[in-house]
Amino acid sequence: MPERIDYLPMQPTMPPSRRRFSATAQRDTALALVTLSLFIGVTIAFPQFAQPTNLAEVLDDSALLILLALGQMLVILSRGIDLSIAANLALSGMIAALFNRSFPDVGIVAVMGIATVSGAALGAINGLLVWKLKLPPIVVTLGTMSVYRGCIYLLSHGTWINDNELSRGFLSFVQVKFLGLTSLSWIAIVASAFALAAMRHTNSGRNFYAAGDNPSAAANVGIDAGRMQFIAYTLCGAIAGLCGYLWVARFAVAYTDIALGFELQVIAACLIGGIAVAGGSGSVIGVLLGCLFIGVIRNAIPLVGISPFWQMLINGIVIVVAALLGARGRERGRVILEPDRAAP
Amino acid sequence: MSAAVLSLSGIQKSFAGTRALRDAHLSLYAGEVCALVGENGAGKSTLVRVLSGLLQPDAGDIQLDGRSLRIGGVDHARELGISVVHQECMVFDNLSVAENIFVAGRPSQRRLVAWRAMHERASVILRQLDADFDPDMLAGELSVAQKHIVQIARALTTDARVMILDEPTASLSHREVSDLFRIVSKLKAAGCAVLFITHKFEEIFAIADRYAVFRDGTSVGDGQVSDVDRDTMIRLMVGRDVEQLFPKLPTTIGEELLRVERLSRAGEFEDISFSVHGGEIVGVYGLVGAGRTELAQVLFGLTRADTGNISVKGQRVSIDSPAQAVKHGLALVPEDRQQQGAILQFTIADNICLPNLQTLAPRGFLGRARESALADQWTASLQVKSRDSQQNVADLSGGNQQKVVIAKWLARNPSVLILDEPTKGIDVGAKSAVHAVTSEFAQRGNGVLMISSELPEIMGMSDRILVMRRGRLRAQFKRSEATAEGIIRAATDA
Amino acid sequence: MKSLKSLLRWESMLGVLLVAEFAFFAAVSAHFLDVWTLSDATFNFTERALVALPLALLIIAGEIDISVAAIIALASVAMGLAASYGLDTPMLVAVGVVTGSLAGMINGALVTFGRVPSIVATIGTMTLFRGAAYAILGDRVLKNYPASFSVFGQGYAFGPVSIELCLFVVFAMGFGALLHFTRWGRCVYAIGANPIAARWSGISIDRYKFALFTVTGLFSGLAAVMLTSRLGSTRPTIAQGWELEIISMVVLGGVSVRGGQGSIVGVVLAAIILGFVNFGLGLLNVPGIAMSIVVGTLLIVAVAVPAVAQRWPMFRLDKAH
Repeated sequence: MPERIDYLPMQPTMPPSRRRFSATAQRDTALALVTLSLFIGVTIAFPQFAQPTNLAEVLDDSALLILLALGQMLVILSRGIDLSIAANLALSGMIAALFNRSFPDVGIVAVMGIATVSGAALGAINGLLVWKLKLPPIVVTLGTMSVYRGCIYLLSHGTWINDNELSRGFLSFVQVKFLGLTSLSWIAIVASAFALAAMRHTNSGRNFYAAGDNPSAAANVGIDAGRMQFIAYTLCGAIAGLCGYLWVARFAVAYTDIALGFELQVIAACLIGGIAVAGGSGSVIGVLLGCLFIGVIRNAIPLVGISPFWQMLINGIVIVVAALLGARGRERGRVILEPDRAAP
Repeated sequence: MSAAVLSLSGIQKSFAGTRALRDAHLSLYAGEVCALVGENGAGKSTLVRVLSGLLQPDAGDIQLDGRSLRIGGVDHARELGISVVHQECMVFDNLSVAENIFVAGRPSQRRLVAWRAMHERASVILRQLDADFDPDMLAGELSVAQKHIVQIARALTTDARVMILDEPTASLSHREVSDLFRIVSKLKAAGCAVLFITHKFEEIFAIADRYAVFRDGTSVGDGQVSDVDRDTMIRLMVGRDVEQLFPKLPTTIGEELLRVERLSRAGEFEDISFSVHGGEIVGVYGLVGAGRTELAQVLFGLTRADTGNISVKGQRVSIDSPAQAVKHGLALVPEDRQQQGAILQFTIADNICLPNLQTLAPRGFLGRARESALADQWTASLQVKSRDSQQNVADLSGGNQQKVVIAKWLARNPSVLILDEPTKGIDVGAKSAVHAVTSEFAQRGNGVLMISSELPEIMGMSDRILVMRRGRLRAQFKRSEATAEGIIRAATDA
Repeated sequence: MKSLKSLLRWESMLGVLLVAEFAFFAAVSAHFLDVWTLSDATFNFTERALVALPLALLIIAGEIDISVAAIIALASVAMGLAASYGLDTPMLVAVGVVTGSLAGMINGALVTFGRVPSIVATIGTMTLFRGAAYAILGDRVLKNYPASFSVFGQGYAFGPVSIELCLFVVFAMGFGALLHFTRWGRCVYAIGANPIAARWSGISIDRYKFALFTVTGLFSGLAAVMLTSRLGSTRPTIAQGWELEIISMVVLGGVSVRGGQGSIVGVVLAAIILGFVNFGLGLLNVPGIAMSIVVGTLLIVAVAVPAVAQRWPMFRLDKAH
């Protein structure tokens, strides 16, 4: 064996790779095209669908889904899942409604604050169990989902809180219009813009991606993936809490079963939007498109004359197809083989 | 000589009873490359984790510029100027190359990430490293070698005074290694203290100024590289001479058991043809990443070949799954025994019985007595050191775990045994036990295909040696014709 | 699979819990220990527990199926439609079981051929199956089942022992034997403990997973037969939220969601415990929805106990593996 080997001088071995259109951007574009063609198709058949007032209604109808999907996105990015998101919404909504019933004169900002804080606390419970005890997210949130639902019943004694028990300010806030859009729509728009900027341009936003992408590598550069999961659950909970108030105000009623099963639509929006359950991959644009896709379908169904009972089935088909396509894209091969020039 | 930048003394660290570091000493000097060598399991990686702030030592003293300190965490280590390039790929596949480089401290402007500045600075660093890929690519699209360059680039973003490279060449080609060495020389010239961890001797003599040898978590020697030769260093590493390690038994070569013709799998290997006869040990040598493991995986049905034929005992077979490979009399002892070889939560007996359940329970119902008998027979013949066969495999040492994995396949009585790095990271005693049992197995008229990166093992054990490089078979040597130079040249020559 | 002693640690704790529960309800309610009361109480778990048995194997093998309740709904709708076309009882049972098996095969195919993680796959099919039930039924109710169909959910095999309970006991013994005494059961553990090493040991893990999803679907179909027969009607909301209770039975029974650990004895004990909590709280006039707090908490506690024990070894309890 030679004791010294002379090493060759450096030569470029590979052609410089060109800047590529990333897989995420490709998926987002495809989804945008599908959503757009769906929209155009419905508009051709039913021109009234594209009227500005109807579009504003579609947006108003999708606003809660958008907000919740943004929260769920954070959780899934950091390798978790939150099945309790709808139960959290319902419980925080009930707390807000009960507060308003008892103190009708306290301003709307305080009500929103209470709902948000209660949601954040409920989310933090999920986060702590996942972070500190390393429990599987699916089991934790399946459990808290049912605990939170049960708590609504305990708080409300199974009664409904109707619009006549809620203050005018509480109810009317979500219907205030500005430039033709409801305040609910504006909240969703502002939140989306904020999420777009924060997930792309802030250190914390980028750290969510890093932590979900490769937790052990994240630890090596000083990012605690478990802590990021905790933050994700807490933020998701805070959003769910705020949405709890918005939901109760929009539908003017609070009871045990509001938003029952809505977590599935939220998760569907994320999966359709290309958020990978393996963590670390997906974009805000994708989630927004996923929400719009569901929103367009949901609002087109009555126009086309399909019973609204088909909505869930369509969602199911879309989730399964999206998951199958996502699994396809994930398989990636290693490259060992040398280019042929070196063959002896 | 100037004072050491970083010096460690008496470092100890234990995990759940096993002592990874007993008494580690190390000194690093500015502008010098120190090679840290030692067998797998000697404690090198634990030391790296201590230095990078991921682990706290149980005892010992760490001094930076002559002052004792405690490395509190990853961030603290970075602040102190200690940068680490880990052995495992610590990159984020879904983030761009530029962001991977700056992930610990993204350039920012008014608290927002300054993407353009990040991109430009990444380009500069990559140019310094002569890397030829775009900072906007996703890191997941890079090859292993390129990912290592990204990690080095990451380490360079901080003012590293101490740079630790943990087996950076393990999966690099010859050319990539020379690129890396140029980078290391640049670091050295810039006054950085470099710790270069490796177990390839030619690299030590090519790049290092100083060396330090670890054995069983203890420092057993250090000094100037110019003062030692390879044999001295091996003696330090292994603790005895290498020659006595291989109990190769004389065998008679019998009929052809396994024949591989023009086997190819896209992106992994191409046009591989060879055969294994009864009584024969065929060694497959090559660098890590030469496509050897991938070849073994195709033979065992874990992945499928695109073209080519496999014949067992003269019969053309198609192997679509490990279950079929086993039916055809093949067995594979994989490289990663903890993930692929053994089920750690299972007992020794359950592990040994797992591939043999069909024979043990032909009607489906298990009999504990039959299982124990089989397990006891094989633990005895391989001298597995354990309380009894009901002990969990997780509680065994690496060498004994490996013996269990080999036992489970020998109990199945295969005609061809494929061994992938059979003695990687196990102690010397277990190593010679594995070699002895392999030799006996071949002597009974069976075939062995042994993949190894350890040249002495390949040369000591094999009747015939195949050399792979970059997915192709480059050379074949008979035992009598094989020379270390010839094998290395075939494995590395670009 | 260590000594019998450590194998039974978690299960003996469940046994103590069960005895304590019985003692408590017997103390607070005079009617509790009546044979017919107890017989009535078994209806609170038999249907769910029938699904918990194969689901336990599936979770031990490292997968999960949260679509089980949706499969029950879909199978029930299929039977309801079949009944409205005038099919008789044996055919209805066949329709229910076959529908369940097909649904299970879809899950199995998504996970094995489609390479979709089982959580995502079954969240999708849960929406799909329940959605299909809604799409078919809308707000209708199907209730024209033949009279003889009611025997499964309302009939008694002998004395106070219901047919449901009988079936459960038989299948529990069957699954227990399969998991603990056969080589197939051993392979299920191996797949869950380390799927890579299991595959590299020559086990066809995809075949096992597909079979386990199919069997879980089959038993969901069987549970649909029992439940529909007991209720005598089908709505798309049938068995809503049951996935939580079924998974809770499995997890409380000591099955690790990370795979490779658990026993049928534990699952049976957990099923009885949960069933009697349900029933006992009903006796005390605690409403059903409040039950979900108990079930949810128990689910989290069941996974938290081993995790806590791992951090603080003095609380260690050995689970079967």
